[in-house]
Formats: sequence, C-alpha cells, structure tokens
Amino acid sequence: MYMFKYILKRIGLLVMTFCIILLLCFVLIKALPIVIQAGYGEDSNLIYLRLEARGYITDLVYDQSGNIIGFSNVPIMTQLGTYLHRIFAEGDFGVGVNMPEYSGRDVLDVFGENLPPTILINVYSTLIGVPIGLGFGVLAALKKNKWQDQIVNVFIILLVSLPSIVLGLIIQFVFCYKLDWFPMVMETGYDYLSWPMFVSMLPAVFALCLGSIAGYARYTRAELSEVLTSEFMLLARTKGLTRGQATFRHAMRNAMVVIFPSILSEFVSVLSGSLIIENMFSIPGVGRLYLSSITAQDYDFFMFLSGFYVLVGLLATIVIDISYGFIDPRIRMGSAKTNG
Amino acid sequence: MADFNNIPKEKFKFANKEISHDTALSTKSKSYWGDAFARFCKNKGAVVGAIVVALLMLFAIFGPLFTPYSPSYSDLNYSTALPKLFEDVDFWDGCKDTSANKETFISLYAMGKETGHNAVKRQEFTVDSSSGSTLYYYREDSYHKLGCMYRNIDEETYMQIQEYQNVTGRQVLYPMMSYTDRKNLLAPQDIDNANFWYRTKVSGGKTVAVLADNNDPTSIIPNYNSHEKGSVIEQSLKYNSLRIEGDEFVKDGKTYCYDYARLITDGYEVRVNYFEYYTYVHSYRDKDGITEPYFVFGATAEGKDIYACLSNGARFSFIFGILVAVVNIFVGAIYGAIEGYYGGKMDLILERIVEVLSAVPIMIVITLMKEYLHSSGFIVLFMAYFLTGWIGMAGTTRMQFYRYKNHEYVLAARTLGAKDRRLMWKHIFPNALGTLVTSCALVIPAMIFSEVSMTYLGIINLESSGNLTSVGTLISAGQKCLLSAPFVAMIPSIYLALLMLSFNLFGNGLRDAFNPSLRGAEG
Repeated sequence: MYMFKYILKRIGLLVMTFCIILLLCFVLIKALPIVIQAGYGEDSNLIYLRLEARGYITDLVYDQSGNIIGFSNVPIMTQLGTYLHRIFAEGDFGVGVNMPEYSGRDVLDVFGENLPPTILINVYSTLIGVPIGLGFGVLAALKKNKWQDQIVNVFIILLVSLPSIVLGLIIQFVFCYKLDWFPMVMETGYDYLSWPMFVSMLPAVFALCLGSIAGYARYTRAELSEVLTSEFMLLARTKGLTRGQATFRHAMRNAMVVIFPSILSEFVSVLSGSLIIENMFSIPGVGRLYLSSITAQDYDFFMFLSGFYVLVGLLATIVIDISYGFIDPRIRMGSAKTNG
Repeated sequence: MADFNNIPKEKFKFANKEISHDTALSTKSKSYWGDAFARFCKNKGAVVGAIVVALLMLFAIFGPLFTPYSPSYSDLNYSTALPKLFEDVDFWDGCKDTSANKETFISLYAMGKETGHNAVKRQEFTVDSSSGSTLYYYREDSYHKLGCMYRNIDEETYMQIQEYQNVTGRQVLYPMMSYTDRKNLLAPQDIDNANFWYRTKVSGGKTVAVLADNNDPTSIIPNYNSHEKGSVIEQSLKYNSLRIEGDEFVKDGKTYCYDYARLITDGYEVRVNYFEYYTYVHSYRDKDGITEPYFVFGATAEGKDIYACLSNGARFSFIFGILVAVVNIFVGAIYGAIEGYYGGKMDLILERIVEVLSAVPIMIVITLMKEYLHSSGFIVLFMAYFLTGWIGMAGTTRMQFYRYKNHEYVLAARTLGAKDRRLMWKHIFPNALGTLVTSCALVIPAMIFSEVSMTYLGIINLESSGNLTSVGTLISAGQKCLLSAPFVAMIPSIYLALLMLSFNLFGNGLRDAFNPSLRGAEG
C-alpha cells in the first residue's frame, strides 16, 4: 500500500512537470515567426492552407496571381486549445509542414515508422551489453587487484572515456571499411528483422553498447567487491556453500539492487536513441527525425518529439526510484526524511 | 529582568588564575589542501592525466600561434593534402605509396622533370609487369602532384610575378604549349590541363605521351611553343625574367626562345607551377605570413589546414568549458547555498524549479535559443549551457549545506552573533569547496564533449560567427571523406579521445583525493 501511494505521488509529479515543460515549449515556439519552406516542386500555397486548416494562421491574403502573400496570427492560447482538442478528441498530433520527405504526413505515422530501428538497436545493444558488462564486472571483482582486474580496469577507463563520436568513427573505419565485415550504413527498407538488416545494424549497436559495457562492468565491480567483503558472505561460506554458490546466490543478488535500476534506466533513456550514432550510421530512427525537424523548423514534429524526449527522460528517473523499492523491500523510497 | 549590561567591572574576578595550556602538537600540521595534494600525487594515473591535460591546454593556448593559417582559410586545390612535417624521411612527409598505370605515372614524373618539384618523390619508382599490365610503384607527393595550371591574369599581376621571379630567383611561370597543339594533341577533357608540356598524341580518347624510347617512360620530349628572338611576338609578350634551362636555342641560324605567356583579350594566359604560384600569392602579393603550402596535420576536403582548425577549435573548447564551469559553479553555489541553508518552503519551491529545468532536454533549449537569438554561433551554446548547467553544482552545494548547517560549530558561531551570510560563506561553504572543485574537473570535459557533439551534429555552427571553428565540425567534415582521407577525421578524434581520457583520469584522481570517506581504504 505504501509503495502504491509513493508511485502515485511520483507519477503525479511527473505529469505536472511534463505539462509545465510542454506548455513552455508550445508558447515559446508559437511566439516565433512562422517559417514556410516549400520543398522542391512544392506549392507554398499548400503549406499556408495546411497551416490555416490546423488553426495556426488565419485571414490569408492573396495577390493577383493567386499566391498567398500574407496572413494573420492566431492568439497562442487559441492555438493551444485547438492543438489540445485535436490530440485528445481525435488523437491527431499534427502533420509535417517544412520537411519535404514528410510534408503533409501525419506526425504519429511518421514517428511510428521511425521508432522500430531505434528500439531494435537499443534492444540489441542491451542484449549484448548487459551480459558482457556484468561478466567483466564479476571477473574483476572476484580477481580484485590481480592482473585480470587490472586489464578489465584499463578497458573500463578507456571505453568510458572514449566519446561515442570517436568510437563510432573507429568502428566505421576499421570494421566497415578496412575489414569490410559490415556495410557502411544501415540497409534501407522496412524489413527490420531480416538477417542483412541485422548485420547492417551491428556497427551502430557496437558503438552504442561498448560504452555501456564499460559502465556496467565498473558498477558491478564496485558493488560486488563491496558486498563480497561483508560478513554474511563469510557466514555463507562457513555454512558450507561453495565460492560460486555464495557469490551468485548471495553476493550478486545484493549487488543487483544497485545494478538493475541502472540497467533499466539506461534502457529507457536510450530508447530516445543516440543522436550521434543515428546520424553517423544513417539510421532512420527517432533521433534523426528530431534532428531534421529542428533543422527544417517543422514545429508539429518538434513539439511531438520534444514531448517524447521529455517523457522518456522523466520516466528514466522515476523508474530507478520505483525499481529500488521492488527489488529490495528494505529500501522505502521517500519515506524517512533524511538530510538532503 | 536584571540589568546585565551594567554590572560593574570590579565584580568580576578570575576563578582560576593559572590557565592550563594543551601541549603543542609535536607533529607537523597538515592542511586539507596539502593532504589532498599528497593523496593526488600517489595516484599515478591521475598525475599522468593531469600532465596530458596541461599539455593539451598548452596546445590550445599556444598552438594557433605556430601556424600562419587561420580556420577560415581554405584552398580547394590542396583538398585532402596529406600531413607533412618532415622533408627527407619517408614518414609524415605529405606523400603516400601508390601505384598507377603508365600514362598517369608519366604525367606525374614529367612534373618533377620540368619544375624540380617532384610529384614522384625523389623521382624514384619501380616497375612491376608480372601481372600482365604494367604498374608503376612510387611515393606520390600530395603537395606537388598538382603540377602546373593555366591562369588568366591581368598585365599588372603578370609584371608582378616577373618581378617576384627576378627578386627571389624562383621560377613561377613555365613555357606554354602552343594553343593549336593543345587542341590537336590533347584529348578534349585535357585541353585545360597544363601538365602536358611534352609531346603527346590522342589515342582512344585519351592523351598519351610520345616517348623518345618507348621502353623508357622517363624519355619525354618537351613540346614548348617558341618564337624568334627580337620578333614582334617577343615585344608583345613582355617577358623579361627567369628562363628555364634549354631556353634560347639556335635553329637555322636564328635564335629562338620559349613563350611564357599567351595573349588573350584582357591580359595574359600563363602556365604557373601551382606550388610556386601559391608561394608567390601568399608571400609576395598578399603578405599574409604564409610561405609555402605546408600542412602539419594535412588539409580537409575543403582545403582547410587541419592544424589551424584543430588548435583553434581546441582553444574554443577550453575557453567554453572553463567559462561555463566557472559561471555554473558560481550560480550553482549561490542557488544551492540558499536552498540548503534556508530549507523548508524556500527549498521546496526552488527544488521544483530545478526539477522542471533539469527535465528539459538540452536540444530543446538550444533549438529555442537559436530561433530567438537568430544565430547558430557560440552565443547560443553559452546561453544554453548557462541556463541549465548549474543544476548539478546546486545539488552538490545543497547537500553539503544540509549536512553541515546543524553542526555544533555552526551553532557556536551563530551564538556568537554571526550573520546568516557569514555563516553561509565562512563556515559552511568551505566544506563544499572540495566537492565543487572535483565536479568542476568532471564538468569541463562534459561541457567540451557537449560542444563537440552539437557542432558535430551541425546544430551549432561556429564558423558562422567569425574566425572560429570547432573540433566537432572538423570531425564531421572528416567523416564525409573517411574512406579517401581517413586522417582528416582521425587526427581530431585522437585529440578528443586523449582529452576525454586524461580529463577522466585527472577528475577521478581529484575526486579520490578530496573524498575523505576513502581515507585509509586504498586499493
């Protein structure tokens, strides 16, 4: 019951923060002058009409040849009203305006198309990264201060420090070009589960997961080596458990209290994709969509994707807190008022 | 209430006249900072990190002074010129080992033979005809492989080049091939290629050299246009400067010499050796400090000097990182101090503001800033990170304030009448200083990396605002030619990796040194 209340409270706060941020975003965006960029061979009248139909502008002014040359702005709060009404009444998040590829297309549809690659890459990266990272962490903790530990430590500090730009470039240059094991960029098409598609995603997956492998290994090593020195481990050994049994049944479980939430939150936060990796390996994911909506100043896309990113960020933080409570009942988040 | 203020002085007397003193400490006292420094020095990785950080900082400060190039300079003719530091060794010399077929090889070999600027390094080559077709193996010099070019210049420039030649003794202008020959003996795509100064013929749509000895690719025959000495042509060409070897020959009792220009409608068409022409343009005409083309780290695909871009980008990165860190520490410390010290309602309200601000992705902040400031330059970057960067610092300070504000010594100070402000800055804040210094060492690389990512993604373009550039822009430019010229992306990447690695080692060492909870738990 306590947990339930706590979760409700956190979700309430999340919704509030989310609404404040999006309201600010909406007002700030709508206060900007409207940008009309007709793509090649596209009629700019169409864009004006589309914006008028969405209730963002009104009173179009035509010149003699029928081109629209002017318009009046709609008050921002009225726009907000229309926007919210469309979302809640019709589930309509707007259409693309300035991005030639997505001009006139429904925001939600395009988002749905761009989500699978991002999610797949993220899932693959977690599937590869978690076992390897935990494995190295356990190895380093068990062999603390021996040569195995030293080597793992060197790799950890290297991989944690190397920026994703550099990692991505090295992978692209060495594995895709010099060794020619993978294609340079992701395959096109929508058949995301096919084998060639999987292979073409791998460089990006590696670039993503190398950093998190190092992160997990570091975390596991620190946590596990602390648990291994605690007294209940001694008890476990004295009552006759082998070293392996003691480590995995007792030490790992306790170490996971800290490790698991970090895995969960990383999974949630990488859902939004890495802008750099998606850009580097030409992955048609959410990050790329966000980037091009910014460059083209396509505000409906920008609003929706900003909302998505804010939500993912907020979720990642509360997932950690809530999962603590589930994994370890001793921890009661937000209960006793401690200093700080 | 009794009147405590007016108790006469003589009513007081010492209870115990002999004041007992503690014995003085016999060991040397150790200050907090001294202790931290000693602990820091024990950590070898951290010391190495600190040294590398210092070296990179020196590079950022003084690096740009050592090159005449600026980030805005570009020369497309030297696109992806290779890194060149040494002249005589076969390493880092602006050359690469390569192989080519006969015609390509001859054209490169001929450049060196004519001008002495060897496109084939030292004019050394080996021939391999084992696999059917003949291949030539040699070291191609990316600075000299341009050879000669045709340039249309006005009379003033023409005279100035001659003057330059006379003053320095360096040959810029080379004799021309006759225009009719160019049309007849060269394939259509080669008519404007000034590197055919030898006898050629067109065979199968390609220009092929006519050799004196068909088995010796070095036996090319010059094919310069010449005129009789003292003729009208000589007067019209107005050439009175250096001449190449073998000029002025006698044929049928008349003296001939080569044409060094061709009259066109508004000036002259000349054939310049690009290496020498470049030297003339920069050292004599523009006098911009550049002498010969010489790119220590090579040139990008747009012909920018990588060294200049990298050192200027590094300088900007450091300035950005340090400035943002300092401002953020300042703002964060004040904000966190107020939150932590006053607590209660004040804390609750200020924390909600922080919560909202910290949940806004930096991309949104930057995009909105860009639109509002009508710029994509450095000002956006600074504003965006000033707006949200201090949150972490505020959190740290707040924690420390909560931890220390109820300590007895603070209470004692308050009893003695210390004001809030004095309590905050003199008594509590110094406790947070160590943590803040540490987080500063970790915040600077994080800021630099954000800056590099934003410029890499093209969201921020520093080149739009003056003579600036960023490492991210450089890497992004390098990625576009990753396959043909990998060094363009690799050199800034190495710099970035080194910076991040050393800053991480340094920062972690600093954290361990300042974190007293680790005391006695080494290893």
